[in-house]
Amino acid sequence: MEFAISVLISGISVGGQYALIAIGYTMVYGILRLINFAHGDVFMVAGLLGIYLSASLPLYAALPLVLLLTVALGFCIERAAYKPLRSAPRMSVMISAIGVSYLIQNTATYITGGQPMTYPVIPFLSDTVVIAGTPTKWVTILTPFLVLALVLALQQLINHTKVGMAMRAVAKDFETAQLMGIRINSIISVTFIIGSALAAIGSMLYFTNFQAITPTAGALPGLRAFVAAVVGGIGSIPGAVVGAFIIGICENVIKSTEFTVFSDAGTFALLILILVLRPTGLFGEKVTDKV
Amino acid sequence: MIQQRSKKGAVTAVIACAVLLAAVILLENISLLLPAGSVPNVLKPTSQLFAVLKKGAVYSLAAVSMNLLNGFTGLFSLGQAGFMLLGAYTYAILSVPVADRAAVYYLYGGSAVNFSFQDMFGTIFGTEGVGGAVSLGLGVAVAMVLAGCVAAVFAYFIGLPVLRLKSDYLAIATLGFAEIIKAVFQWQALGPVTNGANMIKNFPTFSSFNITGADGTVILRLSTFFPFLVSMICIAAICLLINSTYGRAFKAIREDETAAEAMGINLAKHKMLSFCTSAFFAGVSGAMFAMFVTNAQAKVYTTTMTYEILLIVVIGGIGSISGSVMATFLYVACSEWWLRFLDNVTVINGVQLPFLRAGFRMVVFSVVIMIVVLFFRRGIMGDKELPDLFKKRARKEGTGK
Repeated sequence: MEFAISVLISGISVGGQYALIAIGYTMVYGILRLINFAHGDVFMVAGLLGIYLSASLPLYAALPLVLLLTVALGFCIERAAYKPLRSAPRMSVMISAIGVSYLIQNTATYITGGQPMTYPVIPFLSDTVVIAGTPTKWVTILTPFLVLALVLALQQLINHTKVGMAMRAVAKDFETAQLMGIRINSIISVTFIIGSALAAIGSMLYFTNFQAITPTAGALPGLRAFVAAVVGGIGSIPGAVVGAFIIGICENVIKSTEFTVFSDAGTFALLILILVLRPTGLFGEKVTDKV
Repeated sequence: MIQQRSKKGAVTAVIACAVLLAAVILLENISLLLPAGSVPNVLKPTSQLFAVLKKGAVYSLAAVSMNLLNGFTGLFSLGQAGFMLLGAYTYAILSVPVADRAAVYYLYGGSAVNFSFQDMFGTIFGTEGVGGAVSLGLGVAVAMVLAGCVAAVFAYFIGLPVLRLKSDYLAIATLGFAEIIKAVFQWQALGPVTNGANMIKNFPTFSSFNITGADGTVILRLSTFFPFLVSMICIAAICLLINSTYGRAFKAIREDETAAEAMGINLAKHKMLSFCTSAFFAGVSGAMFAMFVTNAQAKVYTTTMTYEILLIVVIGGIGSISGSVMATFLYVACSEWWLRFLDNVTVINGVQLPFLRAGFRMVVFSVVIMIVVLFFRRGIMGDKELPDLFKKRARKEGTGK
């Protein structure tokens, strides 16, 4: 019983961290129809920034700076690698995303020397707490609530502000939105900024739990988060959050059995099942193809 | 070399291939012909040159098979590494000599498959001299064909649900399957067959093809010739497929699915054909990759490998076979050989050059790739082939007269 609870708690916590990454994927996909393969690496870079900045600055200064720099990175990636390809076929943009991911990973290997780095201990978040007889870190408990608060705030932004309305319009129809006088480029930038900021927060929570950061540390959480976004219905923010919790719990349940090797395979099997049986995911809108 | 439209073209292509193969043999054996001591470092058998040529031959087949799917049929699949893994393991499992099985599978108390093609043919043709060579060649060839077949069969079953998906969903689903395959091959319960997460080794590799004399000295080196030969045969087969009616149907599907369907092309059938063929050749190249690195281990066949091959295809030009081949050799030569100096700390006149240290090579490399992706979107060749370039020039000269 205690074991089951600890598995469930860590599943929910990891799920919350995936949710923060998944929102970045789902928002970008909703607007650009692009799988932003570099998003997982942005998440990893946020982790590395956390390590380097906290080595020279006090935490209360380092963490906001991490957030700021990650946002800048996300913004620059969009401007440099995706904007020039706006009229190109979708495949070119996706290849560009893969290229960016390759570049970030290689640069990170160059800078860190490829060795795993240890994430700094954030006081309070890393403290141990005992819940239902199982010791765990505070971050595990706080993550789901933090995620819910952030998602609610994001929903407010999207549904009740001018920027949010523009985002919804662009997601609905790119060209018409442009004709209606919406500045597409700035809206897309805002999307990337929000996504990167959430990824940065996600990285602080995730790497407090799993402290070793290697240059490829972002790839797998990134892929899992993407799967979560698809499971929830890509383009839908509540969908991404629900999907992320499902993925997080599934992964931890599989990890707790003897089939540990299959924890990622299980995630992907779920993805394929969803794609085949219900391609629009749990919350996605049905789209009909027009010739 | 690539397109064989007319008889004349075909003859030229065959001659070009033969010349290339002869050049490879000559290059490889030049160190045996020259007096020892006067051999330049580059031509010694241990030189990077031959590693590059071998890896290039292996990767070019993988890249062309990916191009068949991504460039010619327009199906954006990222499952290449998975199919290469299937090929590599099939080849390895079927080729480890029975005598070595206990040592390779020592963790699992011997292998569940107590059989290897080389031994089987060895009992027919003998294991020494010419008979040994025949049984080695046949054993490797049969195992490689089977490696391709296994990959193709898996591709068929994967394709049934997956090929209905569109562009990026297809990409992510095939990527998922590659990850699943990787996990299955690392599963402890399958250890007696796949050796779990450990590597399978001791099977015939490229250097097994070197012909040695009675005293063990090498008489004729064929270790680079062999991958070239296999890749050439396979790429020629892909060319023939692309220039057939099937190939034209693939291109029609790439241009416009709906229009192609309206023209009477069976979408499901042709997509499946392309997917399975691509997987077959990916399997063969996976088997060769296992021979190149002299072991088969699941954790090598990551998504990064798929990305690498995809980037090669993009650099070469999506939809150009000769482009893919050239890009492969360029890519492999740059990453393994020419740009090596970027990884070394260099001091000139007492001043240490900035940036140069381990890992810098890959940074430069990925920047170059990004430049190609962003500014030279058509790659080296666009969708043209090598012979097209000569043809155009010939025609221009003709009109000039």
